[in-house]
Amino acid sequence: MNRKFYSNLIFDLSRKGRKGYRLPDTGCGASLEGIPANLLRESAPELPEVDEPSVVRHFTNLSTNNFGVDTGFYPLGSCTMKYNPKINEEMAALPNMSALHPLTPAAAAQGALEAYFTLQELLCEIGGMSEFTLNPFAGAHGELTGLMVIRAYHRSRGDMKRDTVIVPDSAHGTNPASAAVAGLKVVEVKSLPDGTVDVEALKPLLNDRVAAMMMTNPNTLGIFETRIPEIAAMVHEAGGLMYYDGANINPLVGVTRPGDMGFDVMHINLHKTFSTPHGGGGPGSGPVGVRKGLEQFLPSPRVVKLDDGTFALDSPETSLGQVSNLLGNFAVELRALAYILSLGKEGLREVGPMATLAANYIKESLRDLYRLPVDRVCKHEFVFDGLADKSTGVTTLNVAKRLLDFGFHAPTIYFPLLFHESLMIEPTETENLDTLNDFIKVMRQIADEAANNPDLVKNAPHDTPVRHPDDTAAALTPRVTVADLKSNDL
Amino acid sequence: MLAKCGMKSIDELYADVPEQLLLKRDYDVASEMSEKEVRDFFRDLDAKNKPLTCFAGQGFYHRYSPSAVNYILGRSEFLTAYTPYQPEISQGTLQYIFEYQSMMASLTGLEVSNASMYDGSTATAEALIMTVAASRKKKRVLVSATMLPHVIKVAQTYALNHGVEITVIDEENGVTSRSRISEELAKGDVAGVAVATPNRYGILEDYTGLADEVHGAKALLVMYANAADLGVIRTPGEWNADIAVGDAQSLGMPLNFGGPYLGYLCATKALMRKMPGRIVGATTDDMGQRVFVLTLQAREQHIRREKATSNICSNQGLMALYVSVYLSLLGPDGLRQLCMTGHAGAVKLSQMLVETGKVSLTYPDKPFLNEFLVTTTEPVDLIIERCVKAGVLPGVKVDDNHLLIAVTEMQTVDDYNKLCQLISNP
Repeated sequence: MNRKFYSNLIFDLSRKGRKGYRLPDTGCGASLEGIPANLLRESAPELPEVDEPSVVRHFTNLSTNNFGVDTGFYPLGSCTMKYNPKINEEMAALPNMSALHPLTPAAAAQGALEAYFTLQELLCEIGGMSEFTLNPFAGAHGELTGLMVIRAYHRSRGDMKRDTVIVPDSAHGTNPASAAVAGLKVVEVKSLPDGTVDVEALKPLLNDRVAAMMMTNPNTLGIFETRIPEIAAMVHEAGGLMYYDGANINPLVGVTRPGDMGFDVMHINLHKTFSTPHGGGGPGSGPVGVRKGLEQFLPSPRVVKLDDGTFALDSPETSLGQVSNLLGNFAVELRALAYILSLGKEGLREVGPMATLAANYIKESLRDLYRLPVDRVCKHEFVFDGLADKSTGVTTLNVAKRLLDFGFHAPTIYFPLLFHESLMIEPTETENLDTLNDFIKVMRQIADEAANNPDLVKNAPHDTPVRHPDDTAAALTPRVTVADLKSNDL
Repeated sequence: MLAKCGMKSIDELYADVPEQLLLKRDYDVASEMSEKEVRDFFRDLDAKNKPLTCFAGQGFYHRYSPSAVNYILGRSEFLTAYTPYQPEISQGTLQYIFEYQSMMASLTGLEVSNASMYDGSTATAEALIMTVAASRKKKRVLVSATMLPHVIKVAQTYALNHGVEITVIDEENGVTSRSRISEELAKGDVAGVAVATPNRYGILEDYTGLADEVHGAKALLVMYANAADLGVIRTPGEWNADIAVGDAQSLGMPLNFGGPYLGYLCATKALMRKMPGRIVGATTDDMGQRVFVLTLQAREQHIRREKATSNICSNQGLMALYVSVYLSLLGPDGLRQLCMTGHAGAVKLSQMLVETGKVSLTYPDKPFLNEFLVTTTEPVDLIIERCVKAGVLPGVKVDDNHLLIAVTEMQTVDDYNKLCQLISNP
């Protein structure tokens, strides 16, 4: 396809009187009778007036400006962009599931409650936990919920002074942010040069103020924290609980479980590990699991199985309260259930090893041209500190943008913050060897270009519909609605 | 591949994992399933739910979900993309968020919108935290008892943990007690006040003078509304609220037993840099094209970590596309007609129900849009049980003798007749 960048706004297509919708005839007409005028809006909202074909064309054209997993390889570190099987979409849209009102009496919603309960049980087995809630809407929401579980636990013991969370300096940004929203103070623990937690530096941080330690394992460098049993024992000794950030659990699926590593509370991202589509930034789902003894603190409502085999909702008094309107992003949960059932025990045991093999294969194929700051077997992802040859002036940002020219999504860049030129690559288990080899070939070509024609890389991308957006101008004069465009002449 | 890694077996990839941590068995999970078997499994589950004619509301409404919206949401360029960190290849996502922000700002009568929150309840909780952050020193907020029950509960959970004190303001005759708000504001320690329109009973409260009073006490006004209702009702902006929040499920989103929906959060420009979550802004690229980027990211968790305005990362991205497509199809007139259809039906059904002599309007002197509360003579549980057996969800139980009933474009006069018969004949 050879065409110009599609950049019309839907508002540009608006013509007075056009519409793309016909309302059903309920037999009662339409009116606002009985509502006092001062309770009605004074002017109509500025919405576009467009016919249905124009609406569909507009958004279809917009979609072609986008890159998804179905478009191409998406090695975005820590985001686990695996293929999203299509059957899952259909299973999430069955008529009696999608029409179900959240306040439907349990007797009329047994299928939905059973689906929720079944997924909850499967996650317990995979996580090595006692109970799960699927109510949190996303990973960060799961972190927040998990920390609330931990606070409820300490409160229940009358242990009121625990107001601190220990977070490694390599942690995802949501960890400290979730701690802050949960009303907890953050103390950072340093990493060793190999990226793992400095156990010696942890010791002096442990005291009777520590509510929890949050960790992801493997860490954000893709390195397994081998001293995890010792760390868990130390934190428990100090009276704190261990929180597992499940963002990086994909390489451990089929291999080892957070519950067995000594974690007390965890979340898991259904939109990463269990293949539900990311939707351009959501909806996700962040179920939270707890070990035995913490179940009573999970958020309300809980789905429980009664003695007669039916399912019901329960909101125990000991619960930390409600964190979402009801049972979370239910249709996302259905997709994850379909995925786990499809894989079964045979498929699940392959997930972690194949993801890990793919990451190590790329790492070993590129380490001569890119700087590998931690030379160890990685898990699902690894981090290069930019190109090995630093003399060219070509940065990680340049490499990332040049990848776009070759039809690949960029890796995660400038995270973790431990290195200046972090380039974090996560291939996932759903890419075949041809794709991995194509990517390796392009990465090698970019390294070659950096040496021989650095300006080509520095000025990338060249073949994308949009090039070098001016971020500074966007922030300096925020134009965040179409009304701002009119007043700012853009 | 293993050879490239200098290994002979897959197990070597996990040689660094302490022996006692290795699972060494399969999960206790059933064997793999073909697509056909997965489909059969889900078909059986689906059949265990009972399809019902839905008069239930309380913040979530059975609305028509247009085919064109679902078709666009299925475009895998949108569906399988991540957060638009690379603007060069994410203009589709970035632009629909910009269009969403524009539509929501206009719908709420405020100046700016973020890219979405999880749902109406978490949006409200974060708005209240915003008022506390904006006040710098104050820690107390007022929440009207006439807000939706689940919204109050979620706000209380967040507040308890975040160190915010919530005072719930009593209701009087179905509406917020204004004298109680005045009393609490007079204490001088209130950062924010949250109210709803329509409220939990479907009543459109008259908030004349409220914003002036709240601002006079150097506090911020947060107003909750179901997005669809804003097609006709006086907007948070017109009431002079500082922050508008609510759920956009009412814009035709499938009920899906509670999600995914979308929480919206809009505010005045003055509060833009205090907002949680992602915001998309317009700029130009080096070819002079108008393009869109994530902007004002210095508020966010991936930059500011524990000092961020919120921990939100994934939001409800694809549901923002839902809102953009839905509102593009309806336009201002379609949305207005939609609200008027629900209102006309609710007025008609309320009259028919009162004529049965079995129920009465609990607040007959209060205006409502498409949802109203009735007082029943028969216990509500019995009514619901009988109706569900007959294929009708008659409403939401508020207490033993109060039933909340919602009407949308999805029910017809025949359905109203059936409900009236079921309520008349124990």
